[in-house]
Amino acid sequence: MTAWTRKDLTGLDELTAEEIIFLLDTARAFKGVGERSLKKVPALRGKTLVNFFVEPSTRTRTSFEVAAMRLSADVVNISATASSLQKGETLKDTALNLQALHADIIVLRHSSPGSSKFLAERLDSSIINAGDGAHEHPTQGLLDIFTIREKFGKIEGLNIAIVGDILFSRVARSNIFGLLKLGAKVTLVGPSTLVPKRFEKLGVRVSHRIDEILAEADVVNLLRIQHERQRKEYFPGLGEYVALFGLTKARAEKLKPSCLIMHPGPINRGVEIDSEVADGKQSVILEQVTNGIAVRMAVLYACAGGAGLPS
Amino acid sequence: MKITRIANGRVIDPANQRDEVADLWLADGKIIAPQPGTETETIDAANIVVAPGLIDIHVHLREPGQSHKETIASGTRAAAAGGFTSVVVMPNTSPTADSAATITWIKEKAANSACVNVFTTGAITKGLKGEELAPYGSLFNAGVVALTDDGRCVQNHEVMRRAVEYARMFGLTVMDHCQDYSLVGDGIMHEGEWSLRLGLPGWPRAGEEMIVARNILLAELLDSPIHCQHISSGGSVRLIREARARGVKISGEVCPHHIALTDAELAAFDSNFKMNPPLRALEDIEAIIEGIADGTLTILCSDHAPHAAYEKEVEIDHAPFGITGLETQFATFHDILVHKRRAIDLPRLIALYTSEPAKLLKLDRGTLSPGAPADITLIDPNLDWTFDKNASLSISKNTPFHGHTWRGRAVRTMVSGETVWSLS
Repeated sequence: MTAWTRKDLTGLDELTAEEIIFLLDTARAFKGVGERSLKKVPALRGKTLVNFFVEPSTRTRTSFEVAAMRLSADVVNISATASSLQKGETLKDTALNLQALHADIIVLRHSSPGSSKFLAERLDSSIINAGDGAHEHPTQGLLDIFTIREKFGKIEGLNIAIVGDILFSRVARSNIFGLLKLGAKVTLVGPSTLVPKRFEKLGVRVSHRIDEILAEADVVNLLRIQHERQRKEYFPGLGEYVALFGLTKARAEKLKPSCLIMHPGPINRGVEIDSEVADGKQSVILEQVTNGIAVRMAVLYACAGGAGLPS
Repeated sequence: MKITRIANGRVIDPANQRDEVADLWLADGKIIAPQPGTETETIDAANIVVAPGLIDIHVHLREPGQSHKETIASGTRAAAAGGFTSVVVMPNTSPTADSAATITWIKEKAANSACVNVFTTGAITKGLKGEELAPYGSLFNAGVVALTDDGRCVQNHEVMRRAVEYARMFGLTVMDHCQDYSLVGDGIMHEGEWSLRLGLPGWPRAGEEMIVARNILLAELLDSPIHCQHISSGGSVRLIREARARGVKISGEVCPHHIALTDAELAAFDSNFKMNPPLRALEDIEAIIEGIADGTLTILCSDHAPHAAYEKEVEIDHAPFGITGLETQFATFHDILVHKRRAIDLPRLIALYTSEPAKLLKLDRGTLSPGAPADITLIDPNLDWTFDKNASLSISKNTPFHGHTWRGRAVRTMVSGETVWSLS
């Protein structure tokens, strides 16, 4: 019996709790591979993985690349500037071309919500969503959940705060969907423009005062905050954001000693998180990066390499 | 001379408050008084409803300029297959229908290739830019029946005010696609739980209601009619109800998808559920049905908006807005409003597609009075059928209703006494 029969991972919203647990358990088995001196298993030998990034990304692409190499897959990277999407070819046509090259796995980063699902429905290749607009970033969600589960041994009943620009965040959505399925209590924190009360319909709590949630939080996951063109009308500026929502040293002192401080990166030191707090002992930001490889190995293996744990 | 007797049907003619089993007589392309014994042709209509030809006042036939999506020939065949004998075409063609020359081109093309009546509309503003008024005088002389920038919305209230004021000189109704650009931004679906879940930019109800309210204020200020197209929000229904109760010359129309489907359909990211205004929530559906039932909303239409498959089959935020609807709209409304919900009866449904649009746009259609053009739709209200988009007569197949089953459909469509389509 296997808990995993999907060829694609397009989001955590459509997964069952059992499927998420299966990926997390598989990731735990793979994590050991990275700690060996010979960091490679033959699980995906002979398979071709295309990192198809229509939106810039360095860390996610690199993480997938390392994960694929540790599974012995061959990796090709295609970025937006190099791709013919710039020449007016449609996403569907470009992807059909990748399939014609016998790409077994396509890892897609794209600015349009639903773009991974769009390809998954049309191609035989496995499609792994590496971020589709503001919709989902399922491997980031999984690695965050993996990191929490590794520290606490469970997810159920934990108080998890996600702080920042929730409205435009695919990381937040994948975390919300995954954490709720596993029984966590999720609180979204941020300005009312970026964390509208309507989010409560998804089954979370919404707070506009970070000081209210510090004492009870088991995890504080801080999202990168930006104040660029399309955010100008959402809040007055970074200074006011730091004053209201930044995880300053003073605020960090009110956290439980066991509380984890997380961030999907890249961090803005002195904005959403104080520099010393980012480097402090409660911070697991770099462990998240390490765990990301194991989680992505598990996802690639589950979708393209068959089910079951590696021996 | 051919004299046709449509025999033993249930004749429903809302313009004359008529609903009885009777024969209907036609000759020379007109309805005539009964002349027993003179018929040269008899159409058996037992258990069939005989209605005035249905009128759809909101259709995109894409000519000139976008004949890969639809043509006047293909679009009017689809209209006929849906039971429609008259369509009012929107001016967002290429070039824009903002000049007498383009209107004349459309009318000539229709004369040569259309199988139903094609009525034209002119743009409110040149190039649909919302800035300068189009030449309503020459558009009127060329034969337009209304003015609209449909697909776009005049944002400048002063421009809209002068448009309505100037149009009054010609008795032309201004029809508005109600969308406040600053509120809607790049929104592509209803702003609500589903837009939050899917990470798609929201198109809030207030983006429509803001402009409906603007139009009510201008209609009141100028004591002139403004028609609000494709109402999607419950709040718009409340605004229009309150204004009409005060005698304001405001009206509203409804498309079938806005009472048949909700924003939850977007979960599959299928662009055949993307239209403007967007699918909304169940509470909006309830408010719109209530508005149809109590007379607040007086027009039903399709907003038939064909797009080629390759244009629609892209990332959902890149796909164009719009769906087809000419062949499915009557069945959708009949099934929901008359059969399942019993919100209105069949004569009222027919009125919303005949006497009401004829009154709004002053069309010489929509009635079975002797002397009127013999535009007739025969309807089987008890027929259950399933829509197959591959059998559609439209060039484009961008419909969310493939595989849907409804009760009731047109079975024969007659224009000026000639059968232009019948269910085989």
